[in-house]
Amino acid sequence: MDAIDIQEDSYKDLLKLYIDTEDEKALYGAEKISKSFIKQGITPEEIVNLHIQSLQEMYDDMPQAYLRGLDFLLETMISYGLALQEYQTLREKQLEIKSELKIAAGMQKTLLATTVPVVENLQIGVVSVAAHQMNGDYHHFITGKNGDIGIALADVRGKGIPAALCMSMIKYAMDSLPEDTMGPNKILKNLNRVVEKNVDPSMFITMFYAQYFPQTSKFLFSSAGHEPGFYYHGDTKNFEELKTKGLVLGVTSETDYPEYERTIKEGDMIVLLTDGVTECRYGDNFLSREEVLEVIQQHMHLPAQEMAEKVYKHFERLQNFHLRDDFTLIILKK
Amino acid sequence: MEPHSFIGIKKEWDIVGARQLGREIARKLGFGTVDQARIATAISEIARNIYLYAEDGKVTFETIEGMNHKGLRIIASDNGPGIDNISQVMEDGYTTSGGLGAGLPGVKRLMDEFDIQSEVGKGTIVTAVKWLR
Ligand SMILES: Nc1ncnc2c1ncn2[C@@H]1O[C@H](COP(=O)(O)OP(=O)(O)O)[C@@H](O)[C@H]1O
Ligand SMILES: [Mg+2]
Repeated sequence: MDAIDIQEDSYKDLLKLYIDTEDEKALYGAEKISKSFIKQGITPEEIVNLHIQSLQEMYDDMPQAYLRGLDFLLETMISYGLALQEYQTLREKQLEIKSELKIAAGMQKTLLATTVPVVENLQIGVVSVAAHQMNGDYHHFITGKNGDIGIALADVRGKGIPAALCMSMIKYAMDSLPEDTMGPNKILKNLNRVVEKNVDPSMFITMFYAQYFPQTSKFLFSSAGHEPGFYYHGDTKNFEELKTKGLVLGVTSETDYPEYERTIKEGDMIVLLTDGVTECRYGDNFLSREEVLEVIQQHMHLPAQEMAEKVYKHFERLQNFHLRDDFTLIILKK
Repeated sequence: MEPHSFIGIKKEWDIVGARQLGREIARKLGFGTVDQARIATAISEIARNIYLYAEDGKVTFETIEGMNHKGLRIIASDNGPGIDNISQVMEDGYTTSGGLGAGLPGVKRLMDEFDIQSEVGKGTIVTAVKWLR
């Protein structure tokens, strides 16, 4: 109460100073005092009341009509006071939610952490950035017993918490698949069953899975409706779209994912991405896949990781540093 | 002043009557202008709910006079449809009138104690107390 008492006194003093002198100093004081009132959650009706009391203390001949008018004003302030209190409660709640989200985002980072494997003769570059606090893209590298590399890239349509929860499930499903090496088609078939059983049909999960065998340079892949990647042929200097067939995860319980194969030659490159890359928007325009390719071509001379980062920086700037969708780009270079 | 007084709520004007009676009792008990205005607003909210949702009900006022405690208890009771999900109704922003801070959560803020009992198909009793400081 002490702080308020002091303020009550200074409110009255400032009011008196202003009435007597019209001094700007008094008004500056009023500004400061009202800020501190807000901080303490003092409501407008209390301020009007303080005003009335201060006037009555200063003048014992206050006209009755004027006082009644002020009482009327006080009455109209009650709902504003309630609005202020509600605002304060909601603000506290929002801070709570924000800090919970921050913790959840941290947990997600730990949960989905993956290390880029070191492979002889193959450079791997990755950039994955969330549009909001939680990432709805998922990528994971697995190194098999006989040295083969598994690369998973998935995208949950939608952003934020629901997408992130879905992603955690995919991660656990992946972890619980049998250890011994499995081909991309089997892995997708398995995950499809898990998703079909556990995820609301309104969630839309696409996934690309690839297996690379360093000894033979064979690259096997299957896709569950995922954004097609690109294959760059070093000899012809041509980009090929990695066309695949295969349904989005979880649509039906039994579905097959055809498996495709390439042999990666010296000078070849593979670009895997999520639609956050191809659906970059600048203003009202969508970026075409050709434009994405152009950007990729501009940075092709760089090492894979640097290249991925440069491409990301390019799109980040194009979108005014405000990502609209989660963005994941994986580059494999030989 | 008798310790129990009440106003039946049937027409919108009865809300005004309830406010007026509540304010008079509050003033006689010694509540200041700000608290009188808060009590009147709380009465408005619960009386309006009876008028809007329950058609027939009443607002009762009880003065509480203990040893070192004085206060006003307001009881709004009706035989209306009742409230199914009270927790939801008590959430900020649920009010259908759209106003910030209005509705039952507002009543809770305006008063010192607040309680609702309600049974679907039977009715609702809202009790709120303001203590004199
Ligand atoms: N006495 C009552 N009887 C039945 N339903 C009620 C009663 N009081 C409130 N309700 C229900 O609770 C809701 C919230 O009430 P309230 O917080 O006063 O906000 P509002 O009246 O603006 O909707 C109302 O929309 C109504 O459905
Ligand atoms: Mg209401």
